[in-house]
Amino acid sequence: MLPGAVTAQVNGEIAATDTALRQLLHGLPGVDQVGTEARAASLATRSIKKDSKLWALDTAIRMIDLTTLEGADTPGKVQAMCAKAVRPDPTDSGVPSVAAVCVYPDLVGVARGSLDGSGVAVASVATAFPSGRASMKVKLADVREAIEGGADEVDMVIDRGAFLSGRYGQVFDEIRQVREACGRAHLKVILETGELVTLDNVARASWLAMTGGADFVKTSTGKVTPASTPAAALVMLASVRDFAEASGRQVGVKVAGGIRTAKDAIRYLVLVKETAGPEWLTPSLFRIGASSLLNDLLMQRSKQLTGAYAGPDYFTID
Amino acid sequence: MPGDSRTFDYAPAPESSDIVTVAPKNGLFISGQFVEPKSGRSFVTLNPATEEPLAEVAEAGEGDVDFAVQAARAAFEGVWGRMKGRERAKYLYRIARIIQERSREFAVLESLDNGKPIRESRDVDVPLAAAHFFYHAGWADKLGYAGLGPSPRPLGVAGQVIPWNFPLLMAAWKLAPALAAGNCCVLKPAETTPLTALLLAEVCQQAELPPGVVNVVTGAGATGAALVTHPGVDKVAFTGSTEVGKQIRIALAGTGRHLTLELGGKAANIVFDDAPIDQTVEGIVNGIFFNQGQVCCAGSRLLVQESVTELVVERLKRRLGTLQLGDPLDKNTDIGAINSSVQLEKITELSHSGEDEGAERWSPPCDLPEHGYWFPPTIFTGVSQSHRIAREEIFGPVLSVLTFRTPAEAVAKANNTPYGLSAGVWTEKGSRILWMAGRMGAGVVWANTFNRFDPASPFGGYKESGFGREGGRHGLEAYLRA
Amino acid sequence: MPEPPARGDWRLDVRKTYKLFIKGAFPRSESGRSYEVSAADGTFLANAARASRKDARDAVVAARAALGDWAGATAYNRGQVLYRVAELLEGRGAQFSAEVAAAEGLSRARARRAVEAAIDRWVWYAGWADKFAQVIGSANPVAGPYFNFSLPEPTGVVAVLAPQDSSFLGLVSVLAPVIVIGNTAVVVASEKRPLPAVSLTEVLATSDVPAGVVNVLTGHTSELAPVLAAHMDVNAIDLTGVGPSDDRAEFERLAAGNVKRTFVQPDEWTKEPTLSRLKAFVEIKTVWHPVGV
Repeated sequence: MLPGAVTAQVNGEIAATDTALRQLLHGLPGVDQVGTEARAASLATRSIKKDSKLWALDTAIRMIDLTTLEGADTPGKVQAMCAKAVRPDPTDSGVPSVAAVCVYPDLVGVARGSLDGSGVAVASVATAFPSGRASMKVKLADVREAIEGGADEVDMVIDRGAFLSGRYGQVFDEIRQVREACGRAHLKVILETGELVTLDNVARASWLAMTGGADFVKTSTGKVTPASTPAAALVMLASVRDFAEASGRQVGVKVAGGIRTAKDAIRYLVLVKETAGPEWLTPSLFRIGASSLLNDLLMQRSKQLTGAYAGPDYFTID
Repeated sequence: MPGDSRTFDYAPAPESSDIVTVAPKNGLFISGQFVEPKSGRSFVTLNPATEEPLAEVAEAGEGDVDFAVQAARAAFEGVWGRMKGRERAKYLYRIARIIQERSREFAVLESLDNGKPIRESRDVDVPLAAAHFFYHAGWADKLGYAGLGPSPRPLGVAGQVIPWNFPLLMAAWKLAPALAAGNCCVLKPAETTPLTALLLAEVCQQAELPPGVVNVVTGAGATGAALVTHPGVDKVAFTGSTEVGKQIRIALAGTGRHLTLELGGKAANIVFDDAPIDQTVEGIVNGIFFNQGQVCCAGSRLLVQESVTELVVERLKRRLGTLQLGDPLDKNTDIGAINSSVQLEKITELSHSGEDEGAERWSPPCDLPEHGYWFPPTIFTGVSQSHRIAREEIFGPVLSVLTFRTPAEAVAKANNTPYGLSAGVWTEKGSRILWMAGRMGAGVVWANTFNRFDPASPFGGYKESGFGREGGRHGLEAYLRA
Repeated sequence: MPEPPARGDWRLDVRKTYKLFIKGAFPRSESGRSYEVSAADGTFLANAARASRKDARDAVVAARAALGDWAGATAYNRGQVLYRVAELLEGRGAQFSAEVAAAEGLSRARARRAVEAAIDRWVWYAGWADKFAQVIGSANPVAGPYFNFSLPEPTGVVAVLAPQDSSFLGLVSVLAPVIVIGNTAVVVASEKRPLPAVSLTEVLATSDVPAGVVNVLTGHTSELAPVLAAHMDVNAIDLTGVGPSDDRAEFERLAAGNVKRTFVQPDEWTKEPTLSRLKAFVEIKTVWHPVGV
């Protein structure tokens, strides 16, 4: 079925033309929407308790890309968020740091300054996030600014207009160029699954991103509704699993947008475990882009440890 | 240990059984009361996951069956048969609602008595049972629209014998349409799973159902035989093995009594090379491992297009690695216990024959609990039509994998069986779905899905899988005369 | 005029305000107007809101917004929602009986029977949700290798002029069939006997009926009906409750503007219900698909 074509693509044997890519992407097995949603719903009934719940909560914390992407962001806001990223609960040093913070390119320097030596990475959005509607020149300049500011990770958006009109070659090319501009920083490619609408598109965009060199495929910008959904995540997790089998390279998955509760986060961990596999249950292969989620994880963690339900007054908002 | 994903092994998440009170001794439910059996005999029902006894249950003898049939007749002539449809409807709506209210109790009890995972009894059996009563309640005052003429009449007294694989749901499938149509019922649940039928009898009391409209006579084969041959029964409905179905047909020959049979199956689940592969694997797994494969319509024969056999089998084996087998009351359990030692022996014997006849056997590594009746999910590859495991109904978590080259060959192989209950077709091509569906010799065809049930959807078989349909407008026919 | 007694235990009751029901909320008319509603014997009952054309417009907007989810719900779900409404009506039977008795000048016993009949009729319609398609849909044996099937789909937003005289049984008879099959409704209640309709909206608001599925306007039928009849975003209109001085034909002419489906069988609801009201507010969609390998 697909492995041969993929290996060839990965080895650069197939030219990245619209036609060749179309053959690859449209040759992938179809995705049945109803079946996928039923599988996601069934996995949502897994009951995670006690030790496994505590492990899941801690792991989810360690997988968070703590995010602020608002027009009103300031250095002060970013600094406060970075402090929380390193030490989510000032009263409990047992709580791990998050994986990364995620900011706009012009605030990368501020984040870098706050996080140096902490082990928390700096991720930056780029390529005219969130819409992606700008010339390639502008988009690459955006990336360079982030890299020069000290970003460890870049979250780019694909050109959904190009994808939906079948210009796969253009999308592929853009990813390649951004990948190159990233240098040693690792690249997450945002598919914006809410705009792609169909799960077939999600699968195709995932493969396009992976063959283009993505280190991570990411569901959403968080600026469009619907953002991340379990069904879209399921398709992406299956895609990275299959890509690893075909190419030998493991690509990560990041879910972002609308993930507010610990329950949601744990459900995503179950999806990871039972789709891509336990190997992906690590921050180097799975991330959750969120902001208010962190406090809910802390509250649930507290409940698990003390037995009593927690309240928001006991956790910092920044 | 941080970063150690082995700790995400889903700690036990047991549903508490405290919500259920199982009476140590249970009587028969006749004429609205729980009564001691005239036979004086009783038997014990076990929890198949632990082999521990759950309760003592009455064994109805011929005298008891007769008493129940008389009660049903009296209720039919005195009350139910003459009651306005819209009033009958409201009783059935009450029953549906009470099942919904007591759903956790029913789910736990079903898992204890049958061995199926709580996730299935909670998410499938109980909601569907309530839905059957809800759906059929709405027919009670609309029978003139059922396609049987302007005022069809009930048949009278229905004798209904149900199996152990979906005890509550099968009770609902039998009682709801019969009662909606105006009949009164005598129900005989399977001897290894009587408890949810008895709880349903309690629900009938709570709903203030007039005495005698529903009667439950617990017992084994002899009780069932007495019921189906009782001359006071106008209509017999049986779900169970083809073998017993044939015996009932013979016993009723010449009596003019109405009969419907829902018997065994050996369904083909057909996978084409353009199937949506991940969802297909889910469908195959659901098709044969849902309810531990103890399903008449189970997709027990995987017919996979030869060009994709290796890929499908590889993915299937990987998927089986995530199935969790164990305590039925654990909310994370996917595979529960086999219902009885008899059934376990049968599955074991047939599986041995599979190996003896040259098929290749595979199961994922599985820790089977020390007590109880357990069988790991099992796949046989290299199976051909002539193997016993491809012909005989195993009724367990055992899948036989066969191959085909063309659609016509798939049709021929799928239909090459005395059974004809269900079939599955997996392909992204709509026209092929319809072409295949049109050619399947099966009463239920699932395309790009499997094991989907709905009270509005008629269910029943061709050939030796039985005759008559349950559910939907068509299912009402069995309980009415024009 | 009743006066408090000189001595003894006495209590003044808290009177209900009767407002419109639009998008799940109870606004007064945007016009600020109301009108007097009297019992059959002339006693003052309440000042009911007198809906304006703008209220009617808002109601249609609400009904349109609610249509997608209501029509897209499973039939089973709609059946359950309607049955739940019946449960609440039953619980409030005494209240409705009193209101119907006052409005129509019936004895308590007759009012009670009318209310019971209304509840039973609502339940009858509730049970059609998951069966109607089976009875009037079909797979059609066309002469070619095609699978061909016909299914009913809700027509959309339906305006309903409730019967003028029967304040509850009549109302239920015209409303239940519209919504059970997935349409959303804008109802103009009986002009002189609107109060049971408002009580019904209280039940709808506290059941699982999504906001906007049913909207109820109280006021002058002759003011509201032409607005709805001419409204270009209303798909169908039930002209049962046309006022005594109004011209039914005029409303049918107005309805032609966007080729509305019109239901003009004013006495139909007084008999045991048939499928006619269900059929009146559905479209039949027929689909073809080739059958081949």
